[in-house]
Amino acid sequence: MDFGPHFLIASLEGAITAAILALTAMGLSIVFGVMRVVNVAHGEFYMLGAVIAWWVAHLIGIHPALGFVAALLLAPLLVGVLAAAADKLILQKIGYDPDRTIVGTIGLLYIIQQSTLMTFGPDARPVQPPFNTRLSIPWFEFGDNGFEIIWPWGLGTTSYKLFVIFAAIVILTGLWAVMTRTKIGLIMRATQQDNEMARAFGVPVERVYAWVFGLGAALAAAGAVLVVPIQQAHYLMGGDPLLLSFIVVIIGGLGSLPGTVIAAIFIGMSDGIISVFFSPTLAKIIATLVVAMVLVFRPQGLLGKANP
Amino acid sequence: MLEVQEIHVAYGQVNVLYGISLSVKSGEILCLLGRNGAGKTTIMKSIMGLLPLTSGTITLNGTAISTLPAHEIPRMRIGYVPQGRRLFPELTVSENIEVGLMTCQEDKATRDWVLEIFPRLRERLTQVAGTLSGGEQQMLATARALCLRPQVLLLDEPTEGLQPSVIEQIRQVIVRMKQEGVVVLLVEQRVDAILSIADQVSFIENGRNVETTDAASLRDDPDKLKRYLGV
Ligand SMILES: Nc1ncnc2c1ncn2[C@@H]1O[C@H](COP(=O)(O)OP(=O)(O)O)[C@@H](O)[C@H]1O
Ligand SMILES: [Mg+2]
Repeated sequence: MDFGPHFLIASLEGAITAAILALTAMGLSIVFGVMRVVNVAHGEFYMLGAVIAWWVAHLIGIHPALGFVAALLLAPLLVGVLAAAADKLILQKIGYDPDRTIVGTIGLLYIIQQSTLMTFGPDARPVQPPFNTRLSIPWFEFGDNGFEIIWPWGLGTTSYKLFVIFAAIVILTGLWAVMTRTKIGLIMRATQQDNEMARAFGVPVERVYAWVFGLGAALAAAGAVLVVPIQQAHYLMGGDPLLLSFIVVIIGGLGSLPGTVIAAIFIGMSDGIISVFFSPTLAKIIATLVVAMVLVFRPQGLLGKANP
Repeated sequence: MLEVQEIHVAYGQVNVLYGISLSVKSGEILCLLGRNGAGKTTIMKSIMGLLPLTSGTITLNGTAISTLPAHEIPRMRIGYVPQGRRLFPELTVSENIEVGLMTCQEDKATRDWVLEIFPRLRERLTQVAGTLSGGEQQMLATARALCLRPQVLLLDEPTEGLQPSVIEQIRQVIVRMKQEGVVVLLVEQRVDAILSIADQVSFIENGRNVETTDAASLRDDPDKLKRYLGV
């Protein structure tokens, strides 16, 4: 295949990575922004989303689409409830002390990972996509007959992959609307900016934290449900999303939601493109280098505030 | 009536208040005076439930509020204007007011009422609070507390660093609340500004209240001020 079509395919793969990453990193970013908690277990909530999606799809085995829709609703919900419970049982008990929350969430990481290994097992398991029509993509060239539309062999995608991008955009738009247009969003933003004053104006800050921690985990789980028809569910799948989410949140600016989206698109696209042309390892190396550069030259991140 | 009885408060292991007692009736202004670091702000925060009491109780009209969870205390209609204003800096003026209204589920009528008191804020509704001038920020901090239709108003150095015209406006609001029967607890450094409006004055020194007197008697006996404040 020529460079042009090849690059288009790589960009499409990159857009899918970016879409999933935007959801996952947004979860991490919201939790850090509102609660100032660095959630090391975030990748495990992602993994749990994928694993629960497999269980749900497996139990509702009537039709792949039905199983998938059920998973898309149930997995984020269950993971969110679990995360909210973890917040109440662990983070609240240690008073959100920064050092102890890191240790606490590392513990949570291993508890979730090992429990999944014991119940789900070490195998990678696929979930059927709800629909998966192959779509060919046209290309153009200037051949002997002048400008021509051609359909290169192998240049194509599937309807499901396009759906992933679309679904991520819908979920993020919904999140943005909730944050900026609703009372719940107002309460979350007020708590983020000054939790003591929020409390002095009647905000039950502990309850808000439990909701936010649940919401952050649910976003990761939603990303995982979307990815699991493309990648299989596996108990160790949380590592990469955690690393990439941290990279995105640092580049975007800690706690800045628009910054998170921009950085997710940048890192996701470059990860997809570099992985296709070179290797996934090189993609991670470059992303890590970018983080190092950002930390040196703009420590607050792209859209972060210099002194929060 | 707001009553603070023998409260002891600590930041972690460090004791800051050692048995503070205060009592303010509705329609009365009690002013706390004392040097920096005496514990005035700590008293305000303790009433709001933002710091745990080691001992003592705080009651409002006979009901203990010091045993309530912190977020339920403002819902007893206790409005707080903290030192340094402490607005939600990235929220707009309108959103800051909205947070105040949500505390006691107040509606649009209350919103109109506070915007009538501070008409300047109505011109700034969509502006981000952090970009307001100092005077406007103080108006917003006061408006946010009034959104609770308070029966108790706590004001911690509300005139710090403001122009005389704004100070006068804040002073008028305080007097108006007093006339409407609100319990007012005021921390103020500028003695001259408050002696004219306060009913009682309580001197705070090293976390203890050393003396509480009528403001009227202070006006007659300025030596006392010198003794406690060195002014
Ligand atoms: N967050 C805090 N942690 C520890 N000590 C504090 C804290 N805030 C205030 N203090 C101490 O409590 C004492 C009283 O402070 P404060 O109530 O702010 O005094 P005031 O408002 O009268 O100036 C001071 O000695 C101060 O150092
Ligand atoms: Mg003070």
